[in-house]
Amino acid sequence: MAEPLDLPSIGPDAATAQTRQFISFRVGEDEFAIDIMAVREIKGWTETTVLPNQQDYMLGVLNLRGTIVPIFDLRCRFGLGLTTATRSHVVIIVAIGGRLLGLLVDAVSDILTVNAADIRPVPDVDQPIDNAFLAGIIPVGDSMVVLLSLENLFANHGPANAAIAA
Amino acid sequence: MSTPTFGSDELAQFRRTFFEECTELLADLEERLGALVAFSSDVESLNAIFRAVHSVKAGAGAFGYTVLVGFAHRFEALLDRLRDGKAELDERTLAALVAAADVFSALVDLARQGEVPADDFGADVAEELGALLDGAAPTASVARPAEAAPEAAKPAEKSYRILFRPNAELFRHANEPLYLIREMKTLGELTVDCDLSRLPPFDAFNIDDSYLGWTMTLRAVCTPAAIAEVFEFVDDECVLTIEEIAAAVEPDEASPVVAVAATVATTVAPPSDPQPSGSKPSESKAAGKTGSISSIRVDLYRVDRLVNMVGELVIAQAMLAQQFTESHSHDDPTALQGFEHLAGLTRELQECVMAIRMQPVKSVFSRMPRLVRDVGHKTGKDVRLEMAGEQTEVDKTVVEELADPLTHMIRNAVDHGIEDAAERLAAGKPAEGVIRLSAQHAGSNILIHVEDDGAGLDRDRLFAKAVEKGIVPAGAKLTGEEIDELIFAPGFSTAAAVTDVSGRGVGMDVVRRNVQALGGRVQVMSTPGKGTRFTLVIPLTLAVLDGMVVAVGWEKYILPLTSIVESFRPGRGQIRVIPGGGEVVSIRGEFVRLIHLARVFGVTEAVADPCQGLVVLIELANGGKLGVVVDELIGQQQVVIKSLQDNYDPVPGISGATILGNGRVALIVDIEELTRLYDRNARIADALRQPIAANA
Amino acid sequence: MPRKILTVDDSRTMRDMVTYTLKGAGFDVLEAEDGVKALGVLASTRVDLIITDINMPNMDGVTLVKRVRAGGAHASTPILILTTESGDDRKASGKAAGATGWIVKPFAPEKLLSVVNKVCPA
Repeated sequence: MAEPLDLPSIGPDAATAQTRQFISFRVGEDEFAIDIMAVREIKGWTETTVLPNQQDYMLGVLNLRGTIVPIFDLRCRFGLGLTTATRSHVVIIVAIGGRLLGLLVDAVSDILTVNAADIRPVPDVDQPIDNAFLAGIIPVGDSMVVLLSLENLFANHGPANAAIAA
Repeated sequence: MSTPTFGSDELAQFRRTFFEECTELLADLEERLGALVAFSSDVESLNAIFRAVHSVKAGAGAFGYTVLVGFAHRFEALLDRLRDGKAELDERTLAALVAAADVFSALVDLARQGEVPADDFGADVAEELGALLDGAAPTASVARPAEAAPEAAKPAEKSYRILFRPNAELFRHANEPLYLIREMKTLGELTVDCDLSRLPPFDAFNIDDSYLGWTMTLRAVCTPAAIAEVFEFVDDECVLTIEEIAAAVEPDEASPVVAVAATVATTVAPPSDPQPSGSKPSESKAAGKTGSISSIRVDLYRVDRLVNMVGELVIAQAMLAQQFTESHSHDDPTALQGFEHLAGLTRELQECVMAIRMQPVKSVFSRMPRLVRDVGHKTGKDVRLEMAGEQTEVDKTVVEELADPLTHMIRNAVDHGIEDAAERLAAGKPAEGVIRLSAQHAGSNILIHVEDDGAGLDRDRLFAKAVEKGIVPAGAKLTGEEIDELIFAPGFSTAAAVTDVSGRGVGMDVVRRNVQALGGRVQVMSTPGKGTRFTLVIPLTLAVLDGMVVAVGWEKYILPLTSIVESFRPGRGQIRVIPGGGEVVSIRGEFVRLIHLARVFGVTEAVADPCQGLVVLIELANGGKLGVVVDELIGQQQVVIKSLQDNYDPVPGISGATILGNGRVALIVDIEELTRLYDRNARIADALRQPIAANA
Repeated sequence: MPRKILTVDDSRTMRDMVTYTLKGAGFDVLEAEDGVKALGVLASTRVDLIITDINMPNMDGVTLVKRVRAGGAHASTPILILTTESGDDRKASGKAAGATGWIVKPFAPEKLLSVVNKVCPA
């Protein structure tokens, strides 16, 4: 069960407290991060039930304690090929716009606490992943972690459509 | 309502913010209204317009702009009806919305300039809104019950005894008895006794339960209503009685007992249960006459929770049984018997619970006589409505969802089905037309007939119109039944001229969609000159489905049992490949089209040859048949329906999902969508290859 | 430490009024303009009371109540819903979703404080 998260406030009244927390994870050789506030649960990979005629990065659905949750292959979403998922792979369950969905990644690495001012914009360079998916770059020691924009990754499967249901 | 008493500086600041916000909201409203004019079924726009009007209203209320509030109230009420689908968005309504937006915006401007609008400002538009509201289905009125009956009590000190016993729900909603008791203290002189008698022994203590009760004595100058107000938020989450103690200052008043949300007779709850359910008594006066309570009113939320819990129980039971058979095989007959017994009980429990939600269709049927009268009046037709089976019960949700399709079909029957009196007399019929509406149970479905004795569907006109709309090619040879079916085609309106009554021709396709959304189907049967009969077949409940679990490759799917006629393994000679590449199976002299579930859903490693697998014969809503090719049948099972769309988008060909005994998700197949999907896939395939010659 | 209250409303006017009233009474107030943003604030900050409007874009108040009650750090935090006078059915649906109580709009500052006092005394 979710423990109370005792994180610094990022509420609108807390203009001064400016650290944010992210969960970082690995896909292939690269490190990515997403906002910890979106994360609901992290679980090991289990076989999904495939939904017919979907994009190939949509892996199907899982039963999460009675709720049906769609699972997406992040590597494939980036256009880097399908993941051959094994028991050692990890699914991060996130909430976006009132919906739950799971992201298949290779492994979870760390929890990062970052000064908001340290998050750098994504440089406009040629690289395999669509720039729209990236929200920023977090320097960690000598290397860096790429901050993902969950909203853009699943722009066609999420918040926009979820609003009607609510 | 009291007016806010903010300081004048703050109020001026709030007012500035309010008008800034109004400017944004009105701009958004204009834009959304434009979208609505362009695409009339835009629910999102309706929602946004509603929110804009609602926000302005809330703010206007705070600053006492009463004319603006009054107008917003009507505007909002109409939008709400439209949103809920209780009113139709036709040309007239749309025009009224546009006019209302103008008046609304003008009223905001006047308020901004600090001017009070004239009494009759926008009265014509307000009137039109009112007229449209009256015309819409009479649903829950917007009038609110009086806050608290006006009290003419004289200020005398009285003594009350208050019994307060929270149930667990009160705590789940984060109310705190201590705060309420403190609040009581502000009313007068309070003594409190805590009742610990229901505390269980320590090892039986459940932290989520409620065991305490309090008896309070209050001496105060206040009315029972003032005491009740303290418990306003919790009155259905506790046992609460407030009684005036006779030994008060004024002995002439016979102590009236005010039972606020009295408890259900305690005998209902088993003695071990520390918390009575707290439900309100239903019409306790009526029940009192017969001397016993024969029904109780229960919050729908509680029933739904019960239904969900039992649904989960069914799944858990199935999972447990499966795990047991896998690990212990058949070496323990007693345990196996126990599991079977448990399965039986679980199913029975589920039926009992579902029965709680059942309601007679009467509540919907009873709206129809007025509709027939109104439409008959408008069209100048003499029509009689005969109804049967109003007491037939079906799930509450289904009852509510029936209102729209039935209203539409009845309206159509009067408007288009029944002929003018002159025409009828000429055809040798009585001048008065008859519409029959009936309901009956058929297995786990409800069967509803809407039948008129009119002219029947005009097949020539239907066909001509279908050709005109490009739904069928001009030279197509269709049977009479196939032509009748065309009225369900999307975008097809049966009215030759758009009549005032049926609006802009939101046609039978919407009815079919509504019915399909309920997991049901609708069929039409028409005899020229004699009349038309629509039949609706709808499952009694939306929460569970009797399904057939089938295997296709690695996947398992659920087919709704109600559509399945039979299943068989065809012989080689029964299968024909027809020009164009399609397959048919011949069964008892009839040729039925075959659809491979594996191909439609793109499942690999499935059985490709129908003679190696199985054909499940399905009857479609339009009466047509379809052979669905699967690998094998796993078995019949009642499944709990889960929505895919809570977290994902609609998936063509899939109506929902369920959780199987092994904890895996299985998809429920939308039979009616299959043919459409298959045709689409086939068209794509056709484009890629030449037709193959006949024969196999 | 002052009690912390989160007010959720898409109308800035309403948020301002609630915030002003509560701050004046010594509460610490956070704001969010819809249900989704509210969940964001709640994920990182413990509050003692949530006051939410019903009609909001992105996520409405009833859904927010359900979400908060469904589990996590605020599952048993009091929640008040803001409703208009005609909103009896909204009151009921908010209550069914797990709300603690309600405040009727428009409200007098004293009324707001007295209701808040009933579920989360300063």
